[in-house]
Amino acid sequence: MDIIATALPALGDAWGLILQPIVLGYLVLGVLMGLCIGVFPGLGGIAGLSLLLPFMFGMDPILGLALMIGMVAVVPTSDTFASVLMGIPGSSASQATVLDGFPMAKRGQAARALSAAFASSLFGGLVGASFLTIFILVARPIVLEFRTPELLMITLFGLSMVGILAGRVAIKGLVAAGLGMLIGTIGEGASSGDLRMSSYDFPYLTDGLKLVIVGLGIFAIPEIIALLRQDRAISQEPQLGGGWLEGVKDWFANIWLSVRCSIIGVVVGVIPGLGGSVVDWIAYGHAVQTTPDKSNFGKGEVRGVIGPESSNNAKEGGGLVPTLLFGIPGSGSMAIFIGAIALLGSGQIEVGPAMLKNNLDITYSIVWLLALANVVGTVICIAASGGIAKLTTIRFSLLAPFLFMIISFAAFQSGQNLMDLVALFAIGFLGILMRRFDWSRPAFLIGFVLSNPAETYANQALQIAQSRFRKGFEEGLDYIFSPIVIVLIVITVISVVLGLRQAKNIMAEGDVQSGSKRAPLVFLLCVTGYIGYAFYDAASIPSFSRDRTFPMFVAGVCLVGCLMLLIRMMLKPETDTIFADREKNGEDADATHGLWPTLAWFAGLLILTSLLGFILALGLFLFTFLKIRAGLGNLSAAIYTACGIVFMCAMAGLLNRDFPPGLLQEYANLPWPLG
Amino acid sequence: MSKLKTTRRAALGLVAAAAASFGLQANAGGHGIDLAGKTVEWIIPFSETGGSAKWANFYAPLLSEALPGQPTVVVKFMPGAGSTKGANFFQEQSYEDGTLIFGSSGSTQFPFLLGDPRVKYNYADWNVVLASGTGGVAYLPPEMAAKMDGMNAAGLQGEDFIYGNQGATRLDLVPTLAWEMLGLNVESVMGIKGRGDGRLMFERGEANIDYQTSSSYLKGVTPLVEAGTAVPMMTWGSLDDAGNIVRDPTFPDIPTFKEVCEATDGCETSGEKWDAWKAFFVAGFPAQKMVFLPNGASNDAIVTYTKAFEDVKARADFAEISGARLGKYPQMTGNKAQTALASATQVPEAAKAFVVNWLQEKYGVSLK
Repeated sequence: MDIIATALPALGDAWGLILQPIVLGYLVLGVLMGLCIGVFPGLGGIAGLSLLLPFMFGMDPILGLALMIGMVAVVPTSDTFASVLMGIPGSSASQATVLDGFPMAKRGQAARALSAAFASSLFGGLVGASFLTIFILVARPIVLEFRTPELLMITLFGLSMVGILAGRVAIKGLVAAGLGMLIGTIGEGASSGDLRMSSYDFPYLTDGLKLVIVGLGIFAIPEIIALLRQDRAISQEPQLGGGWLEGVKDWFANIWLSVRCSIIGVVVGVIPGLGGSVVDWIAYGHAVQTTPDKSNFGKGEVRGVIGPESSNNAKEGGGLVPTLLFGIPGSGSMAIFIGAIALLGSGQIEVGPAMLKNNLDITYSIVWLLALANVVGTVICIAASGGIAKLTTIRFSLLAPFLFMIISFAAFQSGQNLMDLVALFAIGFLGILMRRFDWSRPAFLIGFVLSNPAETYANQALQIAQSRFRKGFEEGLDYIFSPIVIVLIVITVISVVLGLRQAKNIMAEGDVQSGSKRAPLVFLLCVTGYIGYAFYDAASIPSFSRDRTFPMFVAGVCLVGCLMLLIRMMLKPETDTIFADREKNGEDADATHGLWPTLAWFAGLLILTSLLGFILALGLFLFTFLKIRAGLGNLSAAIYTACGIVFMCAMAGLLNRDFPPGLLQEYANLPWPLG
Repeated sequence: MSKLKTTRRAALGLVAAAAASFGLQANAGGHGIDLAGKTVEWIIPFSETGGSAKWANFYAPLLSEALPGQPTVVVKFMPGAGSTKGANFFQEQSYEDGTLIFGSSGSTQFPFLLGDPRVKYNYADWNVVLASGTGGVAYLPPEMAAKMDGMNAAGLQGEDFIYGNQGATRLDLVPTLAWEMLGLNVESVMGIKGRGDGRLMFERGEANIDYQTSSSYLKGVTPLVEAGTAVPMMTWGSLDDAGNIVRDPTFPDIPTFKEVCEATDGCETSGEKWDAWKAFFVAGFPAQKMVFLPNGASNDAIVTYTKAFEDVKARADFAEISGARLGKYPQMTGNKAQTALASATQVPEAAKAFVVNWLQEKYGVSLK
């Protein structure tokens, strides 16, 4: 009761602070800016907050908070546009949304998918805020119960979602996840800085590949290329069905799923260290497991949209707990948020253990500003969704060059290196092949995302456990097998067993026909070759270093999986599902354009960029593409090109970003944006 | 409960920051460069999320106001290879018109000192215009602190310690070397992403020894000390004008490592081990973050920036606004900054050799 006695007045104070016209005005301003930036895939909250930072110094705290929270809160809402409409994961929060949202858009149900997603986001945000209002008061001791073994178990639980998304051949899904993990280990090891699959002579890879690049490469590029080859609009139906009202009804019909996924979102978001990168996958897995008829997942099941979208906005709320109570940011944008709070006013808000005691009213203001921003953002998004959904009826060859433009720019922002574009192309090519041969791309991405936490927590838990065991056997056991760990183990085991049993029915990427033996075999051999080399590479790290253990273990397991696949390939006839190949049957086989000429366009943009710099290359690329591939006249192609370049420059100018320079810029000193 | 002034109007919000940068500013005239209408790029070789970002974001608007012509100052983040990427980039730039500056940190200094193969930069080529110092505090759980006899840490020598370490060659080598000198058996758990994660590990009871830089200690650990779950052990100290280690002015009641070492059997404040520790402490803390102009900068530009940072320091409210964000540490300009730079980047060969060898033996880290 003591708690409530302090909480209620603070909650009242918080609402008193929030409900002032000027505060609400700043909130709406932040929301609008956040929406504009959030629709841009790959930039997200970090870019937006950096844009606001210069204004934060000495600003009235509540106004600054309203502006920043308005912006951060709507990024997981507005990135849904890119995920659903274009199949581009806008940020790590909306990767799982792509799986069913994009197929819905292809079936002409974009507006329905969007509004279902937004209704879920809104609801998730509100559930999150309500839950936090109580939970934040008791959160500290609970969060501290999550030690390294618990964090490791949650990571493993996230990895167990691979079981559901593995596809028709379970081992293929496991190898895909393992490959993702191995790609995630590229670069300096976290433990003693030993290099995996990279060298200081070639510095780009030593920092590892960024999630933005892998996400865009593995999901967006294969979809863009596939659509472009068919030369039609995204939506197969000329008439868009399913208005926004229908999506809201869908959400309401699945409200309990939405509640459960929101709670999952808050709870996982609360735990520091995971950054909520797994939340949408866990929610997706939950949505699959609780749906009686699983046959529609991957083909446009609305529950596959509602689940992840309910969780990802709730997660933002949950992420406030480590941020505010411990001063440990749950994500990149939260880290900037902490930095910005210190600039506000006279710096009297100190994020950290003292936050609840000294600033409970501010804490509550932040929680409810977040909820309110969700409401405002969602209403705007739902209102816009009908109109924006019409994008899916435009001929795709008019849209694609601009999508290439945007994802290239987004990829470059992750490392500001021309190599970012090369990496994007390479991962994109891998994604195309995985899609073609029906290797699970979601499993790959989960593996990649969870590779670092899995390795770090495994190494740390092991090391600390060894120290505990030295003190006493019982102390060691207590440390490893805490009640939370045991509960998580049980959940994980159940989830894996159920998942594998159901996986055959869930074709996250649609049905794929089998064809001849040769192409799938060659791809498998290439994958095996990479994994084998990764094993050798890790094994050549000196044996006292912990950096070799994890990649060796993963590669070892994968090699066994590859061997089993090879044996199956030898024994089975070429009609077996293991030989799935999209080029043999169905959409890809009947496409108007071949894979290589289509891919060559994108490669052309990259090569031109390396020679002329991004903006000049982009001008050439847009114009020729629109003229030759899309068949526009000179004038309209020129106008479209100019619009694209002006948009790009405005965006980059506003966010104070550079463009990739090329060889030309080495020799000539050109003014921005050319140089 | 915090009391916030919410009566301010919109004009004081977004507009205020913009307006402030157009405020009148007396120009020294004669010497100096005019940056009116220009944009100064401040390169930070870390991500938007680290301590250097906070430091640069604090200074950027103040610097904009203080530079002649009130240019826009933007902070550009260029993370990669633990800051060597950004520093190597800066090394390749030559001075043009004073619109490019660089912010380095202890994590940029250490690889330079240790001869990391990726380092292509040389501090001697750059021109320092500001050096910001900080300090560090080590702390213990209460049951461990109780085993210390005053300043004598001998009672801790039989215990097993776990420490969340960011990396053997990072700033963390200052605390780990100090603890080893005290005879403590500290096992480093690697793979911590920032000192905040280390503190969390301590709070969860997994780590039982930790250190934080001063401002993080004030924010994150002081509440724990008040709640009785952490006890300060020692500070790294601070340097007086003669270069001696004295008590940290921010924590005058906490003994320095030097005092603890003197009171503990087996720990000596002389000899190669001590010299190495002191050299790396000096490189890592009293001049942790510095602002540079690139190679070949004109004397006018150096004078202009030095004057601008001096003006920032001379603001009537500087103590108040910097105290909460940077801690009470010297913000050095001019000759003092030069001295700080020299002590931070010129480590005796013997100290360097000792640490390189120690890293190899203790962690198997080879710097080749």
